[in-house]
Amino acid sequence: MSNEKKPEISSRRRFFTDVAHHGGLAAMGVLLWGGFATKAKSSPLTLRPPAALPEEDFLNTCIKCGLCSEACRVRPQNIDKESGKFKEPTLKMAKANDNVTTGTPYFKPVDRREATLVDTLLYGHIRGEVIENGVPCYMCEDIPCVPACPTGALDITKVTNSKTGELDFKMMDMGLAVVDTNSCIAYWGIQCDACYRACPLLDDAIKLVYDRNSRTGKHAFLKPEVNMDTCTGCGLCEVACVTEKPAIYVLPREVALGKPGDHYVKGWDKKDQQRVKDRVQTDVTTHNKRSEKSPEDYLNKGLEF
Amino acid sequence: MKWSNIKYLILRRVVQLGLLFLYFAGNYWGWNILRGDLSSSMLFGKMPLSDPFAILQMFAAGASVATTALLGAVAIALIYGVIGGRAFCSWVCPVNMVTDAAALLRRKLYIDKIERKVWISRNLRYYMIIIALIVSAITGLTAFEIISPITILNRGVIFGFGAGLGLLVAIFLFDLFVVKNGWCGHICPLGGVHSIIGKFALLSVNHTSENCTLCMKCKEVCPEVQVLNMIGKRSEIVSKIECTNCGRCIDVCNDDALNFSILNLAKK
Ligand code: SF4
Ligand code: SF4
Ligand code: SF4
Ligand code: SF4
Repeated sequence: MSNEKKPEISSRRRFFTDVAHHGGLAAMGVLLWGGFATKAKSSPLTLRPPAALPEEDFLNTCIKCGLCSEACRVRPQNIDKESGKFKEPTLKMAKANDNVTTGTPYFKPVDRREATLVDTLLYGHIRGEVIENGVPCYMCEDIPCVPACPTGALDITKVTNSKTGELDFKMMDMGLAVVDTNSCIAYWGIQCDACYRACPLLDDAIKLVYDRNSRTGKHAFLKPEVNMDTCTGCGLCEVACVTEKPAIYVLPREVALGKPGDHYVKGWDKKDQQRVKDRVQTDVTTHNKRSEKSPEDYLNKGLEF
Repeated sequence: MKWSNIKYLILRRVVQLGLLFLYFAGNYWGWNILRGDLSSSMLFGKMPLSDPFAILQMFAAGASVATTALLGAVAIALIYGVIGGRAFCSWVCPVNMVTDAAALLRRKLYIDKIERKVWISRNLRYYMIIIALIVSAITGLTAFEIISPITILNRGVIFGFGAGLGLLVAIFLFDLFVVKNGWCGHICPLGGVHSIIGKFALLSVNHTSENCTLCMKCKEVCPEVQVLNMIGKRSEIVSKIECTNCGRCIDVCNDDALNFSILNLAKK
């Protein structure tokens, strides 16, 4: 091909062809790379370190230096009493096979999975062997991981008491513990308060609600209930839970929580009343596919929504 | 092999491995000399050092970055911009060891001598910088940082390896069989950034053509041969920005025709 005589083209023509050529290649690069990058976003179930920015901001602000993970690892409380060595830290730096954007810190209180080919190749695990390497956050009083962050991806103001100016571990907010009341044996009437006692915010983030057990007529239920306002999502309860797969587990708040919106206001609550004044209400009617039809259509025509 | 023929090579490996070791020790034993990784580190718990290219991508992706990391990026830009030139690539970057190994094996297997049809522009890396910034702006992710083999290898040593190791094997094979010095010499946008940063640096290689016997050993080992276009012709410093100041050419030259020069401000 290269031996054939190429047709002469003018320099003007060449310039435009060059521009098109380079532009096309660049566009291809952007498409391929961009396509990959959107795939590389973390699973929505990812738990981030204490004081992390909201996920979108966290992803563009974290430089993936691992200083938070190191601070978590080398804190004095993390020394194994038997061996005198540091234990696995809570915060892990995501690897390409972790379902979390590569290089960003995350944690999993309980992480039980079967060894994959990658584990076999790199670490000699037998295929199918169960690997456990989840670590909860211990809610350190001095929160060493947060001030270590050089970029502000972990925002120290989120865990700083504005009155005293001191770090307050109770302000951490990694996620929210959720109880699967079908699997929690305390809801069956069997005595268990493992999560209740494991919680660093004892009798605050988890409370035991007493109920009469009408099946036996003479026993009580001691049901764990999570206080959504104070639970930090540390995951110590998830680790403590005695059931085969934990019946209490931490989810990111965006996943675990709903949102009532501006229409519904607690008329009996002064604070919520304030919302009525604050809200900017341009349109109080909900507009969605369902609202296009009228309620009569539903009754008279038997429409399904 | 004479010491003078491998001096800079050995020194570079000591520096590269030494830094990796310090990073590893920072995490594993909690040594407070060098913590973090090549994206951002803390030297002696006081001095931040950050990758300027990562910071650029963060800005492109819409982040507001805290001052610690910004100061770190300025520090790195100054260190290389004033002194080292593109020295990051050959003295610090761990991928350099992978691609150097591929280049060595290529020479040993005479793959260099076989004519190859694959051609990539050495300027591709500069396009890669621009594309990385565009993709960062579109996706809100730091585009290169999430795939960078440099940080994958670096973090792998510090925090443990994962499937990302495959990418390094791919780069090794690419450099070995597809394009000579393919990754570091053509594609890597971080190399491009460091080339630009190091444009006016004090350290450079100086050629004395009167001593040159035209053995061309330097051109055989140089990962950026195009920067050695003056060999045997003109006595001048290697001024093309892609020279990594690796000193390999100085090592292999037995005729004292190549040397490091500092403070060669009188360019050309
Ligand atoms: S608060 Fe303590 S245990 Fe929790 S992530 Fe930070 S350093 Fe680790
Ligand atoms: S210290 Fe901050 S920037 Fe570094 S990995 Fe942790 S969150 Fe990201
Ligand atoms: S996650 Fe569990 S242990 Fe931690 S604060 Fe919430 S309820 Fe308590
Ligand atoms: S010119 Fe010499 S110092 Fe520069 S990259 Fe080539 S071999 Fe290395």
